Amino acid sequence: MVESTLGTGRDEVQFRYRDDEPVDHPAVTVDSFVEQSNAAAVRIEPGDDARALLPHLDHIQLVEVNFPVFGDGRGYSAARILREAGYAGELRAVGDVLVDQIAYMRRCGFDSFAPDKPIDEKDAEAAFARFPEVYQATVDARVPIWNLRHAGGSDA
Amino acid sequence: MHALADIADKYDRGYGHFTTRQNIQYNWIKLEDAGDILADLAKVEMHAIQTSGNCIRNISSDHFAGAAADEVIDPRPYAEILRQWSSFHPEFSYLPRKFKIAVIASERDRAAMRLHDIGINIVRNEAGEIGAAFYVGGGMGRTPMVAPLIREFVPLDQLVTYAEACLRVYNRYGRRDNKYKARIKILVHELGKDEYARQVEEEFAHLLGQGVEPPFAELKRIRTFFADPDFKTGLSSDIDESDPDFALWARRNTHAHKAPGYVSAVISLKPVGGIPGDASAAQMHVMADLAKEYSFDECRVMHTQNIVLPHVEIGRLHALWAKLVEADLAAPNLDTVEDIIACPGLDYCSLANARSIPVAQKISERFASTGKTAALGELKLKISGCINACGHHHAGHIGILGVDRKGTENYQLLLGGSEAEDTSLGKITGPGFDEAGIVDAVEKVTDLYLETREDGERFLDTYRRVGMEPFKEAIYG
Repeated sequence: MVESTLGTGRDEVQFRYRDDEPVDHPAVTVDSFVEQSNAAAVRIEPGDDARALLPHLDHIQLVEVNFPVFGDGRGYSAARILREAGYAGELRAVGDVLVDQIAYMRRCGFDSFAPDKPIDEKDAEAAFARFPEVYQATVDARVPIWNLRHAGGSDA
Repeated sequence: MHALADIADKYDRGYGHFTTRQNIQYNWIKLEDAGDILADLAKVEMHAIQTSGNCIRNISSDHFAGAAADEVIDPRPYAEILRQWSSFHPEFSYLPRKFKIAVIASERDRAAMRLHDIGINIVRNEAGEIGAAFYVGGGMGRTPMVAPLIREFVPLDQLVTYAEACLRVYNRYGRRDNKYKARIKILVHELGKDEYARQVEEEFAHLLGQGVEPPFAELKRIRTFFADPDFKTGLSSDIDESDPDFALWARRNTHAHKAPGYVSAVISLKPVGGIPGDASAAQMHVMADLAKEYSFDECRVMHTQNIVLPHVEIGRLHALWAKLVEADLAAPNLDTVEDIIACPGLDYCSLANARSIPVAQKISERFASTGKTAALGELKLKISGCINACGHHHAGHIGILGVDRKGTENYQLLLGGSEAEDTSLGKITGPGFDEAGIVDAVEKVTDLYLETREDGERFLDTYRRVGMEPFKEAIYG
């Protein structure tokens, strides 16, 4: 099969943690996005520099981050970089997205998931709920255990 | 340690292999038992998380941390905060390749710090403030490299943020097209250390505004867990050396302690003719009991595949030694030619091209039988059974690399490596040898050293002074 299904049926969204209306048109590549000022959806491949999108964040509503193979973890950095820059639109993980990864992805700012193979809903729920506390301050709202421990205390 | 022994008994063949990663490896467990083993480990607050995969592995450190007389600062709180930060790190669990971090805080490097992906040396600057020197891009494997200094001083309250920046640059730009070129050492080498450092600085400046650093109060809290045990004062430091066997062990297998009247005592897992790093379940139980009785219930795995009891009263050393003798754990050979580091080799490992363990056994038997071990003094000999270098052969004063040559095992000899503060990589002497030949070759180079050395020189010092040529002459001439 030719890999030309950018932003079409293959990427069916299985989990979405947002209330707004999804974007109704396919995502375009980072290269072409910069020249198509009317596009509101863009797709990042592992080799793309997420920072190329930073000047345009105010009119992006959907960023798809593609994981062609689960072991290629560049998309985690791309996601965090966008959230750190204040991007508030939908951030969707697409491709080889497996149950082992979704909790990490959520912590890096993804709020929708379109896995190639559907994930068992119960397994996904368990994955998200696996650890009650976290160590790292990332871009989700979870407060790291070390901040909870010292809440109200002096930082010095 | 009792729990590790129980696992060896219950699920393996009654022994375990202590590794250069300051870990234990079980080589004969059944896949179907893995869940039960993890449950047993969890009962004693142990786990096997991030022991494989392209993630940040366990943080290693100086095995004499918190005990060594020459320590500048105790490195363990900093290793611990990095352990917390790296556990289930959501951004860095699918890196280009595995990632190893070592933290030391002494001028003596006992953790091969500059042969790690990130080596951190906790230092005090001229103003007396504590901070971290970052060395990035070291490693062994098929392309050994000594990590260059990337930043001289990272303030303690920015330590995690700087590490995060180092990892993010690597996660984004480390090579993913070829797993043999995917370690961070290749990125740092290809970019050049200055360009890599520049990119890290840029990311660091950005991340400083993201609030990723733990509160400093957490570091203070962690420090309380590494407080000194209740050392007695007024102890004597005299050792009764009337028993020559004990005196030899005490001289070789102990390390100077910061508290008067104490030493760190090393239990060698390198009995002559034995398998380096292996211990039986019964021996593990003995070591656990002795740790409790003699060392504030603490023992540690050394990267040299030995076990250390960090805080032992000198006055009780003889009693400890006597019990070690009973358990066949009193080999007096720390840092000698018999204290060989070896990977599991072809006997256990599916990647290996040659056996390591029989070579290690034959070498230690040879030197024990000729009685030259004592004369040779400090001599670090390391053996790997393939180019992945798990036996650290690049960093041995003498290194041996086993390869497969047209279906037969062949051993190449390297000289001049070091994993200590004077880190260097060994050089190949020339054509390789068969199993008997490599043992002879090691004997020849050590004989030349004994003839050539000047006062106080270790093997490595003599090699560095006279160079490779005379050694080649001795082997091949």
